[in-house]
Amino acid sequence: MSQLEIKDLHVAIGDKSIVKGFSLTIRSGEVHAIMGPNGTGKSTLAKAVAGHPDYTITSGDVLLNGASILAQEADERARSGLFLAFQYPSEIPGVSIANFLRAAVQARLAEGEELDATAYYKRLYAKMDLLKIDRKFTSRSVNDGFSGGEKKRCEILQMAMLEPKFALMDETDSGLDIDALRIVADGVNALRGGPSAPGILLITHYQRLLDHIVPDHVHVMWDGRIVKSGDKSLALELEAKGYDWVKKEFAAA
Amino acid sequence: MSALTYTPPPAPAADSATENPVVGIDQTKGDFSYNMDYEFDAGTGLSEKTVRYISSVKKEAPWILEFRLNALKKFLSMPMPTHWATKDLENINFDKIRYYLSQGQKPKRTWDEVPDDIKKTFERLGIPEQERKFLSGVEAQFDSEAAYSNIKELVAKQGVIFANSTEALREHPEIFRKFFGKVIPTGDNKFSALNSAVFSGGSFIYVPKGVKVAQPLQAYFRINAENFGQFERTLIIADEGSEVVYMEGCTAPKFSTSTLHSAVVELVALKGAKIQYITVQNWANNVFNLVTKRGVAHEEAEIKWIDCNIGSRLTMKYPGVVLKGRKARGEVLSIALANDGQHQDTGAKMIHAADETTSNIIAKSISVGQGRSTYRGVVHIPKHLKGCKNNTECDALLINSNSRTDTYPAITVRGDQNATQHEASVSKVNEEMIFYMQQRGLTEGQAMSLAVNGFINDLARQFPMEYSVELKRLIDLEMEGSVG
Ligand SMILES: Nc1ncnc2c1ncn2[C@@H]1O[C@H](COP(=O)(O)OP(=O)(O)OP(=O)(O)O)[C@@H](O)[C@H]1O
Ligand SMILES: [Mg+2]
Repeated sequence: MSQLEIKDLHVAIGDKSIVKGFSLTIRSGEVHAIMGPNGTGKSTLAKAVAGHPDYTITSGDVLLNGASILAQEADERARSGLFLAFQYPSEIPGVSIANFLRAAVQARLAEGEELDATAYYKRLYAKMDLLKIDRKFTSRSVNDGFSGGEKKRCEILQMAMLEPKFALMDETDSGLDIDALRIVADGVNALRGGPSAPGILLITHYQRLLDHIVPDHVHVMWDGRIVKSGDKSLALELEAKGYDWVKKEFAAA
Repeated sequence: MSALTYTPPPAPAADSATENPVVGIDQTKGDFSYNMDYEFDAGTGLSEKTVRYISSVKKEAPWILEFRLNALKKFLSMPMPTHWATKDLENINFDKIRYYLSQGQKPKRTWDEVPDDIKKTFERLGIPEQERKFLSGVEAQFDSEAAYSNIKELVAKQGVIFANSTEALREHPEIFRKFFGKVIPTGDNKFSALNSAVFSGGSFIYVPKGVKVAQPLQAYFRINAENFGQFERTLIIADEGSEVVYMEGCTAPKFSTSTLHSAVVELVALKGAKIQYITVQNWANNVFNLVTKRGVAHEEAEIKWIDCNIGSRLTMKYPGVVLKGRKARGEVLSIALANDGQHQDTGAKMIHAADETTSNIIAKSISVGQGRSTYRGVVHIPKHLKGCKNNTECDALLINSNSRTDTYPAITVRGDQNATQHEASVSKVNEEMIFYMQQRGLTEGQAMSLAVNGFINDLARQFPMEYSVELKRLIDLEMEGSVG
C-alpha cells in the first residue's frame, strides 16, 4: 500500500502564482477525479507534482510514502512510480514507440541489468492487444503526426507498460471516440482490480469518463485549490448545474 | 575549368574575433593514452629538413620526395582560408606539431601478433566483444604506421591491393602514381598542401576490373602523441565495374594542447564502378580536423560518402564528387554533432561535368549548447549539360538557444535542362519534449540522446548496421556528457 500526499502546495510559473494551497492524499487503488473550469491550474498541478523544471514550488510539499520527492528530478520521480498521462503529449520524431518504451523500461532496471527483449515484446504486444492497438503502431514515431485520440491511447499504452504506483491522468478522455473511451476505461479498471492497483488522479471535464471509471472521490478545483469534495454524485451535480453554483458557494464562504 | 578544379566554398563573413572554444569545458571524456616508444621521430616544427627526414625514413623514390618538397613550398606560400573560414584556424601552431612518429614496426598479420597496448586501445575504444571478430578485418592506423592487417591477404586473392601509402607507392607505382595527387591537387587548399608534404600512413587500394569486394575494408585512426599531427593519405581506385566499401573510424585521446589531423582522401571510380566511403569519427575536442575528400566518378560510376563527424574543436570537411562521366552518380550523407566548444563546418560538393549525372546530398547537423554547425555546399551544373539532377536536403537540430547553425548552400545550375531540389529545415529540441521523456524515467542525457538519434534516424538507417550502432553509442556518450 502506497500513499501520495500533496500538502498545501503552492506553484508559480515565473512570478505568476497558479496553484494556491492544494491538498490531497491518494492511496493505492483509489481513484480521485478532479474537475474544474479551464485555466484553474489542474495541468499545472499535475506537471508540478511530476517535476516540471519551469514550475516553481513556492511552498508546501509532495510526499511519496512519507518522503518528500520535491528534491528529485522528474526522471527520478518517474522511476519511483509516478506517471503523468499528458494533456498535450509531446511528439518525438524518429523515435519509435517500441524503442521509446524499451528505453523507459530499461531505465527502471538495476545498473548492469539487461532488458530481456523477447519478454519485453511479449508484454508490449499483450498490452496492445488489451488496449486494441494495432501492432503497426509501435513502429511509428512517438506521437508524431498522431491524431488526438491516438496520442491519448499511446499515453495509456505507456502507462500500462510502466505500471506506475500513481498515475496522474490529465484529460486522457478528451479526443477519444466512444469505443476508445470504453477501451481505455476497461484498461484502467483492469488495473484497479489488480494486486498492484495504482492510485489514480483523473483530471476531466466530462461525466462521460466517470460513467466508465467510477471515482471514489470527486473534487472541484477552483483558482488553484480544491473548493469542494464529494463522491461520484458531485460529478453528476456539476454536469447538471455547471460551475456557477460552486463559484457562488465558494465566494460566499 | 577542368573537371578536377576545386571550386572554393562560398565566402560568408569571417568571424569577428579569434575564438578559443575549448575554454571552460570538461575535457576528461576520452581521456586516455598510452606511452609509446617511438623509434622515428621527426621532431617538432616543419621545414625542408622534416620533409626530407620523413621521406628518407620511408625510403621513398625521388619523385615522391620531389612531390613532398613542392607541396611544402605551396603550403608555406598559401594563406590561411580565413577570408571565408573561421579565424580559429589561426590558433594552430605549426611549429609545435610533430609531423612524423613511427614505432618502426612492420604491419602485423594476425591478432595474436598485435601488441598488447594496441589491443588495450581497442578495448578502451569500447568495441564490444562480439565486434572483436570484426577487428580481424581492421587495418589499424596506430599513429603513423599501420599496426595491424590481415584482411589484406584475404582480398589479395581477388587481386585487390590494400596497402599503406608508403608500401603502395614503393611497390605499385605503376598503378597508383597515375592518380596520386590528381583528384585533389597539392595546391587545392593549404591543408591538402600540408598533407602532401608530410603524409604518412593511410590506405591505398586498387580493386581490379569487375571485382566486388565482399567485406568492407577498414581502418582506425588515432592520435596518440601530444602535439602530433596525423596526416594520412588515402587513395582508392576502383577499376571498371568493381565495387568496394571502405570504412574509417577516428578517435583521439585528450591532451592539453591542440592537435591537428589533416588527411587527404582521393577516390577514383572508373566506368561502372562503385565506391562507398564511410567515416565515423570522434575526435577529442582539441583536435583541428581539416580533411580534404574528393572522388571522381566516371561513366555510370557511383561514389557515396557517408560522413559522421562527432567531436573535434574544429572540423572542416566537404566531401565532394566530380561527376565526370555520363550517368555518374554522387552522394553525400553526413551527420555532424557540435557540442559545447565545437565547430562542425561541413558540407558537400557536387561538380557535374557530364550529361545525365545525378547527385544527392543529405546533411543533418546537431548543435548543442555553445556548439556551432555550419553547412557549406556547392552544387555546380554548367549550362551545356543535359539531364542532370541534384537533390539537397539540410536539416539542423538545435538543442538549447545558444546553439548556432549556418547554412551556405551554393547551388549554381545553369541551363533549363537540369533539375535541382533543395530543402532545409531547422528544428529544436524543446524543454517540453525533454520533460516528457524524463517523465517516462529517462535521464536528461538519455532524453537528449534519444531526441538526437530520432533526428538522424532516417539517415542512420541507411548506414551499415555496425556503423549505425557505433554512431548511436558515440551520440549517447556525447549527450550524456553534455548535461549537468
Ligand atoms: N508556461 C506557462 N506560462 C505562463 N502561464 C501559464 C503557463 N502554463 C500555464 N499557465 C497559466 O496557468 C493557468 C493554469 O493553467 P492550466 O493549464 O494548469 O489550467 P487547467 O486547469 O489545466 O486548464 P484546462 O482545463 O484548460 O486544461 C492558466 O491561466 C494558464 O494560462
Ligand atoms: Mg489542463
